[in-house]
Amino acid sequence: MTQNINRWKRFAPLFLLMLPGLIYLIINNYLPMFGMIIAFKDINFAKGILGSDWIGFKNFEYLFKTTDAYIITRNTLLYNGAFIIINTIGALVIAILLNEIRKKVFQRFYQSVVILPHLISMVIVSYLVFAMLSSESGLINKSILPLLGLDEVSWYSSKEYWPYILTIVNIWKGIGFLSVVYLASIVGIDTEYYEAATLDGASKWQQIRTITIPLIMPVITIMTLLAIGRIFYSDFGLFYQVPMDSGVLSETTNVIDTYVYRALMNLGDIGMSSAAGVYQSLVGFVLVILSNYAVRKFNRENALF
Amino acid sequence: MVDNGKWISRISHIVLMSFSIACLFPFVLLIISSLSSEQSIINNGYSFFPEQFSLKAYAYLWDHWGELGRAYGITIFITVFGTAASLAITSMLAYPMSRSDIPLKNFWAFLVFFTMLFNGGLVPTYLIYTQLLEIKNTIWALIIPGLLMNGFHVLLVRTFFMTSIPPALIEAAQIDGAGEIKAFYKIVLPLSLPIMATIGLFEAIMYWNDWFNGMTYVTDPKLFSIQNILNRIITDIQFLSNNSNLSSAASEAIAEMPTTSVRMAIAVVGVLPILIAYPFFQKYFIKGITIGAVK
Repeated sequence: MTQNINRWKRFAPLFLLMLPGLIYLIINNYLPMFGMIIAFKDINFAKGILGSDWIGFKNFEYLFKTTDAYIITRNTLLYNGAFIIINTIGALVIAILLNEIRKKVFQRFYQSVVILPHLISMVIVSYLVFAMLSSESGLINKSILPLLGLDEVSWYSSKEYWPYILTIVNIWKGIGFLSVVYLASIVGIDTEYYEAATLDGASKWQQIRTITIPLIMPVITIMTLLAIGRIFYSDFGLFYQVPMDSGVLSETTNVIDTYVYRALMNLGDIGMSSAAGVYQSLVGFVLVILSNYAVRKFNRENALF
Repeated sequence: MVDNGKWISRISHIVLMSFSIACLFPFVLLIISSLSSEQSIINNGYSFFPEQFSLKAYAYLWDHWGELGRAYGITIFITVFGTAASLAITSMLAYPMSRSDIPLKNFWAFLVFFTMLFNGGLVPTYLIYTQLLEIKNTIWALIIPGLLMNGFHVLLVRTFFMTSIPPALIEAAQIDGAGEIKAFYKIVLPLSLPIMATIGLFEAIMYWNDWFNGMTYVTDPKLFSIQNILNRIITDIQFLSNNSNLSSAASEAIAEMPTTSVRMAIAVVGVLPILIAYPFFQKYFIKGITIGAVK
């Protein structure tokens, strides 16, 4: 017993070091997890959060009765699904091509440029998109469409175009990042493979197909499975800032994250927003666990846990 | 086969050059638009080849330097202070976790790791920060929620401590009479400069770019960061004029404010520091991405 106390005493300075970080984890992460109970309550601030009445699954019933629940789930899954496929293929192409650039100066230049959009905040991105799409003064309406002999489009009130616009913006912003990840693993491939293949007379294209892609397949699989694990979460800024929070566009731009935000901040509807938030957290958690399980089956070393 | 290689290399240059142009041209359009005269934007829209250049938009922003300068000050403060605080609490949490002799070793690791898998979502987080901690409309709202410490960074730093700091060094320091805390900041931290620099860079970019906390927890324009000003102006171009304390003579001048170019000029003011600094840190930025990805 005394030995045990001594042991803890010895480590007291180390625990002291951990204290600020642990307090932050409690405030920022663990308290909100317990706070998820508010989705099962009829929140009344006069009674306080703990004192409010329990209402079971009422909030969830209301939520799933609306068409919103279907729309936001559909949009979240379809957008993220498309992003995963397009970004993976695009980033692979960029990474393979970057690897073919022999002059280091050029390689570094291209790499720095394609990663630049990743560095910019979504608010800035929404300005860049606005310069293109603004009805009165956008580059597309004023310069490009007339050049093609087409009529002007009122982009910010035409919801049918937004799946394409958001996908393009997402590629533009995200592909450089992913290609840097893939390039790092391509560079790690032993050059002897390529030397042997060249001696055997394999063309560049054959080398890419039979050496590069198979050898980085583990990284591709893992990055993709991890992305699938997060398929229930969206890039909030992309869906909130880029369409400029426009209500007319909500059918094609509303995702779970934006729905929760608007229900809380604009409508003050704690019941609905917390129910949607719990729905996202729980399904998201199950997906993370499942995708990690898949990674584990595939390659134990690369699993998160 | 030599020909084949040349052909691939040529294609690579063409594709990468096109994609690089696609990455850069929105920024070029933004800068040229901010320098276009109001009339040429009204006639031809934002364009790479305006009929007439003008510095009016920047002159207008100069008149509002009060608000913009304050917002810049806030952005710089939260970036510097937030990054420093974040590095401190991240390394302080990660170091004991990296020690093989710490009691409950696996429990601490799980506690951090679990936050990467599961979170309570916006609503409870918002209520805890606003109702329990009453953080709304304070500078803390821009620093603390979500950004101050990141579980992934804690685990990265822990791995660095475990693999790159020889335990013998720490033992030697303790034999020389240094306590745990002294050993941490005299020996462990100085040896961890590379990982601290990498994480610090990512934290700094996160703070510099953050608009979410300001949009969510701050309604007082005096506390707006540059990102929040931008966020506000894209929908409410009058925002600067409404919030300025200029004399009435000056506010008359605002009536002829070059709206469309000002919009672009303010975005330039927001993004230029990053564009200028980028060449100097891009090497570390790219290295950091690969460290994070291969964990």
